[in-house]
Amino acid sequence: MKCLVTGGNVKVLGKAVHSLSRIGEELYLEPLEDGLSLRTVNSSRSAYACFLFAPLFFQQYQPAAPGQEAPRCKILMKSFLAAFRSLAMVEKSVEKCCISLNGRSSRLVVQLHCRYGVRKTHNLSFQDCESLQAIFDPALCSHVLRAPARVLGEAVLPFPPALAEVTLGIGCGRRVILRSYQEEEADSSVRAMVTEMSIGEEDFQQLQAQEGAAITFCLKEFRGLLSFAESANLSLSIHFDAPGRPAIFAVKDSLLDGHFVLATMSESDLHSPEPHRLVPPLQAHSTPHLDDFANDDIDSYMIAMETTVDSEGSRAGPSIPLSPGLRPPCSPGPDSEDNDAEPSTEPGTPPPKKFRSLFFGSILSPAHSPPGPSPVLAEDSEGEG
Amino acid sequence: MKFRAKIVDAACLNHFTRVSAMVAKLAKICALRISPQTMNFILSDKVAGGGVSMWCELEQENFFSEFQMEGVSAENNAIYLELTSENLSRALKTAQNARALKVKLTNKHFPCLTVSIELLSVSSSSRIVTHDIPVKVIPRKLWKDLQEPTVPDSDVSIYLPVLKTMKSIVEKMRNLSNHLIIEANLSGDLNLKIETELVCVTTHFKDLGNPPLASEDASQDRDPEQMAEVRIDIRKLLQFLAGQQVNPTRAVCNIVSNKLVHFDLLHEDVSLQYFIPAFS
Repeated sequence: MKCLVTGGNVKVLGKAVHSLSRIGEELYLEPLEDGLSLRTVNSSRSAYACFLFAPLFFQQYQPAAPGQEAPRCKILMKSFLAAFRSLAMVEKSVEKCCISLNGRSSRLVVQLHCRYGVRKTHNLSFQDCESLQAIFDPALCSHVLRAPARVLGEAVLPFPPALAEVTLGIGCGRRVILRSYQEEEADSSVRAMVTEMSIGEEDFQQLQAQEGAAITFCLKEFRGLLSFAESANLSLSIHFDAPGRPAIFAVKDSLLDGHFVLATMSESDLHSPEPHRLVPPLQAHSTPHLDDFANDDIDSYMIAMETTVDSEGSRAGPSIPLSPGLRPPCSPGPDSEDNDAEPSTEPGTPPPKKFRSLFFGSILSPAHSPPGPSPVLAEDSEGEG
Repeated sequence: MKFRAKIVDAACLNHFTRVSAMVAKLAKICALRISPQTMNFILSDKVAGGGVSMWCELEQENFFSEFQMEGVSAENNAIYLELTSENLSRALKTAQNARALKVKLTNKHFPCLTVSIELLSVSSSSRIVTHDIPVKVIPRKLWKDLQEPTVPDSDVSIYLPVLKTMKSIVEKMRNLSNHLIIEANLSGDLNLKIETELVCVTTHFKDLGNPPLASEDASQDRDPEQMAEVRIDIRKLLQFLAGQQVNPTRAVCNIVSNKLVHFDLLHEDVSLQYFIPAFS
């Protein structure tokens, strides 16, 4: 196998490896007929990422020596990343990058031809492995969003870098809402701040989703693909279904495509004290009322407080009448259990992660029929604007 | 209790953001007092904090284009909230290119200060960022602990040198000792001293100037060269200095010998008072 990358594409390749390194610790490298594929999966099997670089991406692309089978290698991500550690350096001084595998050698060679005749050679040990396959089809997802990476980059800007999970959904007026997801700890005296970003439909190149559709996924993993898409100035599309079904994040141009498939939280995973808290705020916040200060958002409640001199307790227990505009959503509790036809926890799924293992178990077995129609997550809103 | 306020001016918003960033550096958890004319960030001297206290005050009309509040009752027309100051600072930092910022007291299953930001956007649709900052409502019986501290009669009052310079010196001293002595006199001299077994280091600031004496009292008889000193925990001083990102409009240091150092700062129109007790 021999792949030669030159010019600006070296940085693109490096950026892709950086993105993949956000997901998994091992890189699966496989030269296919339609291009070089780099794949990874995370330890809990709840996130899968792959980039496919078309033959035209390379100055020279030779998947296999004639008469030989194309190799399939599994390499330590850290080792492969080391060659592209400093993207600034790569951009400035690397002219060519050659990835090759000699049939007899037990090393994958990544050789960087830099300026001034400097050559850096990385000899990486690898394991032969089976092809890492994931079965997913964006076309099967009922909801799609597509926007320039810049828009999505701006959308996640208000969220702290440390935030693990985020909920993406469609609110009133077809606004796209991103909301920080915090696991509620029962005894927490220190609650976390909740941040929500609301973007108009006009910023999206494609928005095919119903109001109320929402998924919760790992933001940190998504950022990996997002930063790649931003640097390559591509559009990013998000394909998703009911909560619990994996969401597919994709970028594409003529020379490459990338897919990140991330597990999403299912209804039963969202064990916040008000399980459907997720949805009413998507409706409540989505309509901008900012110009109408006097006639404000419905959630500007009067806080009733004990005003007697010897009132007890530092935490006021407000008895708040809900503003008439916000009704408690219908409770899909029983429904969600019926519809939640996900397989029970895959072995090896660490509990803290909360996401179920995706779909690797189903490579051999036929795909199970999708769960019934999603429970209605939100009542139709009326009169909120 | 009700509170709603709005900022539309970019300069006011930036200033408010800077104030909240400063508060976040000075106190992890602080009290926010909202009254018809002012807003205060308060840290009261609890033993847990090592006795440091802070009182930061701003006139609401210098910041907010609209401001409505209703306190607990007519006689007690104020709202006291406890919050994690970093939350407010982070929320305001996302308002870099805001067309308008609204803050209001809400109840989202628990009391929150909701900061709602309408961002400028190239496209026709607006983008809105909302932050729900959880707060605890402080009951009236605890309000007495959160009143404006009385300014003690100080032995010496002196203008501070450029805070950035002071900070870099204190930072270096911090590596040598946990305690620092601040001493100053009425002739414009201020010294920062550390004393360890192996070494003593003193940095001298001269010609700083002293504010005019407040009253014709015993301090008139004080020898202008005589130093008033107080030994304090160096980390507290460093924390205070780290919070001052911009050099203040006015910075005065008041020393009560062996008891307390009181920093009285003015950042444009926002006043900050910070008290560090003597190390006991």
